Amino acid sequence: MAQTASTGPAALSGADLPEAALGSSLWRDAWRRLRRNKAAIVSAAILILLAVASIFGPMLSPHPYDRVYPQYVRVAASLEPYPREDRIIPAFASAVSRARVEMGAVEVDGSTVRVPVSDDEPLDPRIVRYVDRSDLFDHGRIENLSADGRSGVMVAEVTRLRFLFGTDGNGRDLFARTLIGIRISLAIGLLASWVALAIGVSYGAVAGYFGGRVDGLMMRVVDILYSLPFVFFVILLVVFFGRNFVLMFIAVGAIEWLDMARIVRGQTLSLKRQEFVQAAEALGVGAPGILTRHIVPNTLGPVVVYLTLLVPRVILLESFLSFLGLGVQEPLTSLGVLISEGAANLQGGRWLLIYPSLALILILFALNFLGDGLRDALDPKDR
Amino acid sequence: MHRYALRRLAGAIPTIFIIVTIAFFMIRIAPGGPFDLERPIDPLIMANLDRAFSFDKPLWQQYFLYLGNLLQGDFGPSFTRRDFTVVDLFRTGLPISIQLGSMALTLAFVVGTTLGVCASLRQNTTVDYLVVGTATLGITIPNFVVAPVLSLVFGVMLGWLPAGGWGDGSWQNKVLPVTTLALPQVAIIARLTRGAMIEALRSNHVRTARAYGLPTYVVVVVHALRAAVLPVVSYLGPAAAALLTGSVVVETIFGIPGIGRYFVQGALGRDYTLVMGTVVVIGIFVILFNLVVDMLYAWLDPRVRYE
Amino acid sequence: MADPILTMRGLHVRFRLPDGELHAVKGIDMDVMPRETVAIVGESGSGKSQAVMAAMGLIASNGWVAGSVRYRGQELIGLPHRRLNRIRGEKITMIFQEPMTSLDPLYKVGRQIAEPLIHHRGLTSRQARPRVIELLRLVQIPRPEQRVDAYPHELSGGQRQRVMIAMALANDPDILIADEPTTALDVTIQAQILELLKELQTRLGMAVIFITHDLGIVRRFADRVYVMRRGEVVEEGPVRRIFSQPSHDYTKMLLAAEPEGRKPPVPEDAPALLDAGNINVVFHLGGGWLGGEAFELRAVDGVSLSLHQGQTIGIVGESGSGKSTLGRALLRLLPCEGAIRFEGRDLTTVDLRKERWVRRELQIVFQDPYGSLSPRLTVGQIVTEGLLVHEPALSRAERDRRAIQALEEVQLDPAMRNRYPHEFSGGQRQRIAIARTMILKPKVVVLDEPTSALDRSVQKEIVELLRRLQEAHRLSYLFISHDLAVVRAMADEVIVMKEGRVVERGSTEEVFADPKAPYTKALMAAAFAGTLDREAARAVAQQP
Repeated sequence: MAQTASTGPAALSGADLPEAALGSSLWRDAWRRLRRNKAAIVSAAILILLAVASIFGPMLSPHPYDRVYPQYVRVAASLEPYPREDRIIPAFASAVSRARVEMGAVEVDGSTVRVPVSDDEPLDPRIVRYVDRSDLFDHGRIENLSADGRSGVMVAEVTRLRFLFGTDGNGRDLFARTLIGIRISLAIGLLASWVALAIGVSYGAVAGYFGGRVDGLMMRVVDILYSLPFVFFVILLVVFFGRNFVLMFIAVGAIEWLDMARIVRGQTLSLKRQEFVQAAEALGVGAPGILTRHIVPNTLGPVVVYLTLLVPRVILLESFLSFLGLGVQEPLTSLGVLISEGAANLQGGRWLLIYPSLALILILFALNFLGDGLRDALDPKDR
Repeated sequence: MHRYALRRLAGAIPTIFIIVTIAFFMIRIAPGGPFDLERPIDPLIMANLDRAFSFDKPLWQQYFLYLGNLLQGDFGPSFTRRDFTVVDLFRTGLPISIQLGSMALTLAFVVGTTLGVCASLRQNTTVDYLVVGTATLGITIPNFVVAPVLSLVFGVMLGWLPAGGWGDGSWQNKVLPVTTLALPQVAIIARLTRGAMIEALRSNHVRTARAYGLPTYVVVVVHALRAAVLPVVSYLGPAAAALLTGSVVVETIFGIPGIGRYFVQGALGRDYTLVMGTVVVIGIFVILFNLVVDMLYAWLDPRVRYE
Repeated sequence: MADPILTMRGLHVRFRLPDGELHAVKGIDMDVMPRETVAIVGESGSGKSQAVMAAMGLIASNGWVAGSVRYRGQELIGLPHRRLNRIRGEKITMIFQEPMTSLDPLYKVGRQIAEPLIHHRGLTSRQARPRVIELLRLVQIPRPEQRVDAYPHELSGGQRQRVMIAMALANDPDILIADEPTTALDVTIQAQILELLKELQTRLGMAVIFITHDLGIVRRFADRVYVMRRGEVVEEGPVRRIFSQPSHDYTKMLLAAEPEGRKPPVPEDAPALLDAGNINVVFHLGGGWLGGEAFELRAVDGVSLSLHQGQTIGIVGESGSGKSTLGRALLRLLPCEGAIRFEGRDLTTVDLRKERWVRRELQIVFQDPYGSLSPRLTVGQIVTEGLLVHEPALSRAERDRRAIQALEEVQLDPAMRNRYPHEFSGGQRQRIAIARTMILKPKVVVLDEPTSALDRSVQKEIVELLRRLQEAHRLSYLFISHDLAVVRAMADEVIVMKEGRVVERGSTEEVFADPKAPYTKALMAAAFAGTLDREAARAVAQQP
């Protein structure tokens, strides 16, 4: 670090203000450290991917999440569209066989099914009716009619639907519902975390800033609440005031604010004692200036870290409430609702539990790794 | 040390009052009463029922009546299970839940601290990553996913253990519920212990112990572990609370007649007395437990006794 | 000539850090003879502690050691722990800098002293007990039979260090390593501990390796000294020779680093700027509805002073004397009772929010350069924050200009003003703190231990800077410090405080040459033993 030796303050004109090299703030250092943490970066990428998928996916999906397909109740997850080939072929064969013509092998090609037919006499065009009468097929026609009209290919269309994750007990596409579930769970996770943040930060900042008796009392309350199974109270709340989307994340936030309050209060207290706060006081900086320039920027670090660890807990909590039947209302769904349905259907429909659980676990893992990465980046000695 | 205990006890009593009061008023303020879910009842009978359960009196009077009953150990009758009082239900349910909970807590503590210590001693090796990874899994996977999966695998597919139910309370019925309950706490305690041990092993007084050529086990167990166990002991209070919360799910899925399950059923069925009784009992229990934990902590850490 | 009992050859210590590798010790050689006292001297970052930690096998897991350290011919580097444990704690023992954290807070003191006896000598705890009490008596702990069952937090810092010494002596070691054992203690306690060590060494006949940054201690107690800088030994030899004829430049600089010069007293007619009468600062602790008994702590008890223009009053005392509290109380950063007048105006009743001039004309520089600068603001922002309050009409360009001026005045490169505090060294940060106050053109500056956290060589620069600024801007200083050498160089009047009260006051000359109060005498003795030799040494060192 170069030091210039000068004899006194020099007079400067506006033109020759020396260039100031850009410093490396603590945030930039932290960002650099974070970038080196592969697990955290991968996690962040996964989360962004899931978020984008959950926002745009349902719009692009061929199945609306609340559309019921009564003919496809509880079908397994499959890459192959439904109905499957092993159902189409016999059905088509039996339909065509009523026309009493010679049939070749049935072929399925995407959503088209065809079978070469032939007869001693020219084919009656009305035999397509046998095909059209079936629920499964429509738009039956004869193609490639030979010159003598005695052979051709019977073609029909089959509406085939792809259910990547299968369907649930009501016949709704699980893939679309899972995407919606992810959307709702992430939304609640973020929103409830903000509620917890808002309550926790204000509570903690007030307790820390005023200190003394006020702080003692407020923290005693936190201690008491911390050791109680607060969840029970919130369950009462939700049960008796109804299943409201807004209430859900207020309730969830109301449980999780305690740790945030503790952290913020601890930070505020230690910051108050720091000499740079006293130095600012000694300069005559007022309370608003001190809070905005000195205290808040230095609390942000731990708060951000805790936020990333809070979101998974909030999502878990919301899932828990949904599991008990106290979550979001139909037809909206969250991962918790899906999982509880899946748990109830374990014998007959394993995919109903697997896919939403995987989604939830993936989100929670990613959030945990990201949170750990942030913590290491912002406070490297805290391993 | 005794003054410390008395002071903590004195602080606990107002807390219990607060719990009772909050629970009481919350339920009464909420819309919907215990009889709304059934067929509409004849207004005359309704009036009689109101009088029998003191619903016709002003709210504050009901409160004091309830308090008075509580002090005599009378939690009132259950509204949804008409033949039983709340105390009856607790008499069967409470011991079960306590058994499950204490077994789970012990399991979590023993397994969690062992894993945490092992991981801390072999930092950044395979053992460490395994422990941390499993711990993250344990915290992340909700118990209402684990429970049905375990039940399916061990109960139905392998048939080694009963898939659910309490049966006659034999140990086979306890294995799955206790494991499910304990799993997230094992994970948390393992992580906590690991972090605390790593810090303790780096601390100055452990450096002193090493500098004096004390054998490794003395350094690790006598000096490092005792310091590291302190934050874990403070966590036991919230751990108990978390176990109680978890018991709701576990008892429901495994069909175990403990108070957790009664709570959910009571909440959904608007059974005032049952729900309040549960909240009060749980609150008292947790506070007492925290008291014991505080005493334990003070015994372990002499600095705390002189505050 | 006897063989050395400890020899180091080509010792290297390296650390693996996330940002790269740190080469802390770069190949040093050292010999220690039986019964002699060897001092290792150096500033922070010299590697002096790491070298002995390597010998004792205490290097952290992210470091590795190369080279040879032999104790009586036995190679210590790379020795498996089981065999190393037979040597350390028994033949070679160590005491550390922070007595507060070096003892285990969860176990009684007696038990910790007994541990080396139990594990090395095979005694049971019952058998060890009388020996423990004997050791406590040896290190002059009063009432040892009772203190045996005390916990570390029940003892004072000095007593804890004595306990550590007792532990170190338990097995009659051949070598005792003392790593800055007195740095964290008050000056008077320091002297006692050092005397104790010297006495024990003579009595028990062990070799002592003394690691310190304080040359005074070296002069008083060591036979030979190794001077280390940035991982290397730059000079070594018998203490007498090193002090009288240092050959390496760095050694010369260390010896000469004591602040020099004196401050001439101000003329008689200089106006009194700050008048403080009968200041009391009382803290009420404890109490509350769940706390213990309430009690009163009188941090400052009836102190009066009068600061004239251009004057520097030095306030000296040890920790707990109330000197820092006094400084802050005078600036109304703490509530206090008593009369404070500034330029005739009453400071105690003034509304600080309205009368902003108070915060401009009276400023303070803190001790800890690491903590007094806000970590998330750039240096430019830190230095100009005061302008936001007192000259809010200034444009950003104007403020920037003023920042440049201020930084140049404290001899920092203004191009650095967009950097953050953690990118600077301790000395540079203190300059930034000084710039922060100077930019507002104050009249009175309270300097609260401004050099105590800095290395000796840096201290000297800061002292020069402060002197220059005082002359250029006609400032008046209240210089608070426990470092008597610095106070003697800076102040023209001195106030000595102990436990909140003024014990002695007078001109610097008087107080230092002829202290009257017994406490002052003890302070002077502890700080300046061997001064005469040092002054002579410095005179020699300044020869070309």
